[in-house]
Amino acid sequence: MSHRAEDVPPQPSDQNQWDRIAGSEPFNDLLQLKKTFIVPAFIFFLVYYFALAVLVGYAPKLASTRVIGTITVAYLFALSQFVVGWIIAALYLLASTRFDALTKDILERVVVDKVVRKDERQGDK
Amino acid sequence: MSISLAVFLLFVASTLGITYWAAKRSRGASAYFAAGRRITAWQNGFAVAGDFMSAASFLGLIGLIALQGIDGFLYSVGGFVAFITILLVVAEPLRNTGKYTMGDVLAYRLRPRPVRALAALSTMTVATFYMIAQMVGAGALVTLLLADSGVSYNVAVLGVGVLMMVYVIFGGMLATTWVQIIKAILLSGCTLILTLLVLRHFHFHLIEFFAAASQITRLQHGQAVVTDFLQPGLHYKLPHGPLDLISLSLIFAFGTAGLPHVLVKFYTVPDARTARNSVVWAMILIGSFYVMTSVLGLGAAVLVGPDTIVTHGGTNMAGPLLAQALAGNVFLAVVSAVAFATILAVVAGLMISASTSFAHDFWTNVVHRGIERKSGESVLVARIAALAVGAVSILVAIALGPTSNVLILATFGMAVAASANFPVLALSLFWRRFNTAGAVAGLTLGLLAATGLIVAGPTFMGIDPPNVVGASRHVIQAQPWFPFENVGIVSVPLGFFAAFMGTLLCKERSAETKFNELLVRAQTGLGAERGTSY
Repeated sequence: MSHRAEDVPPQPSDQNQWDRIAGSEPFNDLLQLKKTFIVPAFIFFLVYYFALAVLVGYAPKLASTRVIGTITVAYLFALSQFVVGWIIAALYLLASTRFDALTKDILERVVVDKVVRKDERQGDK
Repeated sequence: MSISLAVFLLFVASTLGITYWAAKRSRGASAYFAAGRRITAWQNGFAVAGDFMSAASFLGLIGLIALQGIDGFLYSVGGFVAFITILLVVAEPLRNTGKYTMGDVLAYRLRPRPVRALAALSTMTVATFYMIAQMVGAGALVTLLLADSGVSYNVAVLGVGVLMMVYVIFGGMLATTWVQIIKAILLSGCTLILTLLVLRHFHFHLIEFFAAASQITRLQHGQAVVTDFLQPGLHYKLPHGPLDLISLSLIFAFGTAGLPHVLVKFYTVPDARTARNSVVWAMILIGSFYVMTSVLGLGAAVLVGPDTIVTHGGTNMAGPLLAQALAGNVFLAVVSAVAFATILAVVAGLMISASTSFAHDFWTNVVHRGIERKSGESVLVARIAALAVGAVSILVAIALGPTSNVLILATFGMAVAASANFPVLALSLFWRRFNTAGAVAGLTLGLLAATGLIVAGPTFMGIDPPNVVGASRHVIQAQPWFPFENVGIVSVPLGFFAAFMGTLLCKERSAETKFNELLVRAQTGLGAERGTSY
């Protein structure tokens, strides 16, 4: 028990099968769906985050402007990074329910695919 | 016996209990390296937070904000936003394609031996620098807090080192994870209480608190000067300040997603969905912690004062001094003990990532070409590696001495992660054309550029007047060749550039044809490693 070889999870055994899944419609739908969320979200995050460094570094006057009491633009903008980060995370969780549904679909098809092929082989005999 | 010693011993006793429990349950490589992949989302979220919020975060950041105001708080922001990169780009593909290390992901489509060897080298470099930073922090804390109890810097470093070896060698990833979970709870709780105490001092009136923070008196050249700590520019001044700041942001945005001890945590959960949810848990915990550091740092500036902090142990002691000012010696003791727990949890995480990479990437897959000659060999090698890495870190930490700057050492590790690990990991997952030559070039140049530029920069080089002695004296007495403290602005593009050029200069058909397999695995989790029973 202690030195048992680890189980290998079920997976395609040859390159063709991987290529077939990679070229299939549902898989490309999944990639497209992920891209339309992740790419804009990631770019928005980078722009918003680097804006903080640029503001503080190159516009110190604006960054030092007091907004409420003695609280400055720089501090509020820094705090807003946390809020924006949490919002991106929440939106990603929402979007990912669709990713998961599509993924489940693809994985089920792979299993069905194998069963069909096995049947065909048996039929050949 | 002092109270801090009692609290600390309580933590040590309970973590040793966990280690004993984990050692009894842990059987086989997957259990040792990845806790059997059965950690749940909230558990892993807490463990990632406990893994990431280091001595540099807790001790270093509060001190930095207490001395530099808003400029110091930018470090806190960086530490949090980095997890957006992990959430969107790294966590799920990593969980889906890897077994124990970052090297696994690279080895799918690239020639495994060179990329694994280099991945192991950069992993161990990052982990060792980080580890030394943590141990110096632990030792420094002891010399300041337990000066009368007879525990010296060297004894403290040795103690922390031995404890982390016990956790890792006997308890593996399971024990490490639970030590980190407990630490995250302790640290968050302690930070929350301290924050409430600071705000209570100002009658929970935020305007009043920030008004006080805008009028900090400090001595400059023997004269009292009033400074507004809410205005930026106390640290990052022209001419190089703004670019240095952008450089720092680059290191944070990409470096955290290349930190080996953070990456390994995503192998401990059953699937990609759990990995994703655990990042969100970690973001809640880490985000609220870092928001609170601004209150604690500014609170320390107001209630303790920058000058007192500088003369009473420097930046690393601002948090404990604040606790003492707010609630006396008992709370000081509790805060110090929590800081110790923090350090222990982080070094355990670093050590297990370093030893896993050595055993799995270097020993099993590079030296023995992926064949484990005897079952259980990789775990044995990992345990021996842990012993060796631990011994080296202890010796280096003792040689460096208690006054080295913890945050600088840790940022160093982050720079290597951002310049070497992240470009190669991201390109491997998303660029079909990427190949072995690109990975080798990216890892090598990223590692060399980050290391070289730090040594040539103002952290190491500088001309001090003769009266500056000890750790604050620069190692190399000459004008720095490189103007920035933070090297990311040059080293991160260099790492990416080398990876691109290496790829374009060589053709490797198999790396391109096998991309489909990696893509399907990464995006769907088909064939991903499953959870095992203990």
